[in-house]
Amino acid sequence: MKSFTKITGLVAPMDRANVDTDLIIPKQFLKSIARTGFGANAFDELRYLDKGEPGKDNSSRPLNADFPLNHPRYQGATILLTRENFGCGSSREHAPWALDEFGFRCIIAPSFADIFFNNCFKNALLPVVLPAEVVSLLFNDMYACEGYQLTVDLQEQCVIRPDGQSYPFEVDAFRKHCLLHGLDDIGLTLQDAEHIKAYEAKRRVSAPWLFDTAY
Amino acid sequence: MAGLTLYDKLWRSHLVLERDDGSALIYIDRHIVHEVTSPQAFEGLRLAGRKPWRVGSIVATPDHNVPTTSLERASGVEGIADPISKIQVKTLDENCDELGILEFKINDRRQGIVHVVGPETGACLPGMTIVCGDSHTSTNGALGALAFGIGTSEVEHVMATQCLVAKKMKNMLVQVDGELGAGVTPKDVVLAIIGEIGTAGGTGYAIEFGGEVFRSMSMEGRLTVCNMAIEAGARAGMVAVDEITLEYVKNKPFAPGAHWDLAVAEWRELHSDADATFDRVVRLDGGKIQPQVTWGTSPEMVLPVLGAVPNPDAESDPVKKTSIQRALEYMGLQAGQAITEIPVDKVFIGSCTNSRIEDIRSAAEIVKGRHKAASVALAMVVPGSGEVKAQAEAEGLDKIFREAGFEWREPGCSMCLAMNADRLEPGERCASTSNRNFEGRQGYGGRTHLVSPAMAAGAAIAGHFVDVRQFSATH
Repeated sequence: MKSFTKITGLVAPMDRANVDTDLIIPKQFLKSIARTGFGANAFDELRYLDKGEPGKDNSSRPLNADFPLNHPRYQGATILLTRENFGCGSSREHAPWALDEFGFRCIIAPSFADIFFNNCFKNALLPVVLPAEVVSLLFNDMYACEGYQLTVDLQEQCVIRPDGQSYPFEVDAFRKHCLLHGLDDIGLTLQDAEHIKAYEAKRRVSAPWLFDTAY
Repeated sequence: MAGLTLYDKLWRSHLVLERDDGSALIYIDRHIVHEVTSPQAFEGLRLAGRKPWRVGSIVATPDHNVPTTSLERASGVEGIADPISKIQVKTLDENCDELGILEFKINDRRQGIVHVVGPETGACLPGMTIVCGDSHTSTNGALGALAFGIGTSEVEHVMATQCLVAKKMKNMLVQVDGELGAGVTPKDVVLAIIGEIGTAGGTGYAIEFGGEVFRSMSMEGRLTVCNMAIEAGARAGMVAVDEITLEYVKNKPFAPGAHWDLAVAEWRELHSDADATFDRVVRLDGGKIQPQVTWGTSPEMVLPVLGAVPNPDAESDPVKKTSIQRALEYMGLQAGQAITEIPVDKVFIGSCTNSRIEDIRSAAEIVKGRHKAASVALAMVVPGSGEVKAQAEAEGLDKIFREAGFEWREPGCSMCLAMNADRLEPGERCASTSNRNFEGRQGYGGRTHLVSPAMAAGAAIAGHFVDVRQFSATH
């Protein structure tokens, strides 16, 4: 996995609450058996004026000029600023894959849906929770100032405004450790294989039906 | 010390180890796999030279992509017209064959929607930890299990280690007492709960559904309720084990045979202790719940059928106000419009929420002896599994639907998420028994109203939403 330490980047808006993963990457693109190739279809239904299909040449599709992520001023953004309950709905990891490929490294919101939040950490895409009033303030800053950038420092657990003002955020110690060092968590878990085997041996005795292979 | 909640008990019994940093390893008993969220996980295992830790813990079936017309199903996987869908279903078959994973293939009678197949085969049992790369895995919590959806990286993690790195969730009790009125179904109960706590209300919590309403609810009803826990933001929903649970599980193909008594002794402990404490308690009066219809593009945008579409001007919170405006625009509705005046173009009865035999019976009861309105272009019933389909046909329910102008289809996820050919066209409005009314969910530009099977059937007959309680009375 990639690591995440500290970034300074352009901020772009997704100014609505309850952005669901169907909106982030529509279902027709989930037919792919690959882990890549989703970036061009991130927010497909908002970004283009026609209906996207797998295999379609996205470069010749009509863009929705009203969609902020299509505006010149937000090109190259690495930080997505959004509202409550971002990533709700389907568990599709294609959503963080698509956002990552689009170029985002960090998403700032007042709250995230649990499964999406979890999936982000598996892909070095940092979800940052800040109080709703701080998020509103950042939205105002961003709209007022073209080229608005923020710094996100995972080690120090803070988001820093251009004027130096810093806002702290929480992150689980384990997730932070994995992100800072780009660690593969399957490898880490397998270091505890003996614990897993010991648990299994105990359960085989106390709950043998769980290990029945009648089928 | 305070007693334990059902969730606390399930968590404890699956704890492999706790780390100093507050994370924990929990053991997974059952891993359900479908074609959409697994190919990258199998590929990841292969690239790392890893094998599944315990192949016998995995059960697979294709559901999201499978066509539902008998014509397309006749020649199995080769008959899938969409070449990309065909590759994905084939990839699942190949991965399962290669690793020796039990799979109910496309035309196996046991094939169906993962969350219907798990409980009905007994592959999912009380007391288990159950995961699947699908958010509606919460469905299985109805059995008194800890069941939740995971992403593809975690699918790979569970395959490789039989464990997940997790952090304990908080406990929420949703207590619904009283008695449901006639014509009010489990779907209405869960929609009313979501309307009350919101789509993010359960974020960070495992929800236990308790109270008289759930104690007297059938297992299939409980499955419907737990299915939509995720729509309230909670990864896991659950109901305590009781006689209804045991009666349901007994004699399922994969239920414990020789170990039945031992299993039951453990399962009888699967309830919250009388002195257990919850981080949050929400109470609803079951007697006050009315048949529900969603009007917007989030499941929390829901109203009793006799209500009217809200006015954004009445909302003071600017973010919420914009959400309402956007939803009305997308849905093509006017503030103040009566729900019962909204016409529907299509009707979908199916999905992991409402495609079990009781759902189909409940819709058939409304449809019997009637015909769908001429203005309804398509009304379809998609049973949740081959077993459900066979049972319904044995009861003659397929005939009732066909005679009423409905289409009777083969099992799969179908128009719930429209990954196959079953979908809404732009602007089409659907009465749907599924679980999500997001923009584009049932097809690009499609408009979804979530309802119970009886309410969907009523809308198909009338051509617009109706209060199914009055509807039944005039039959």
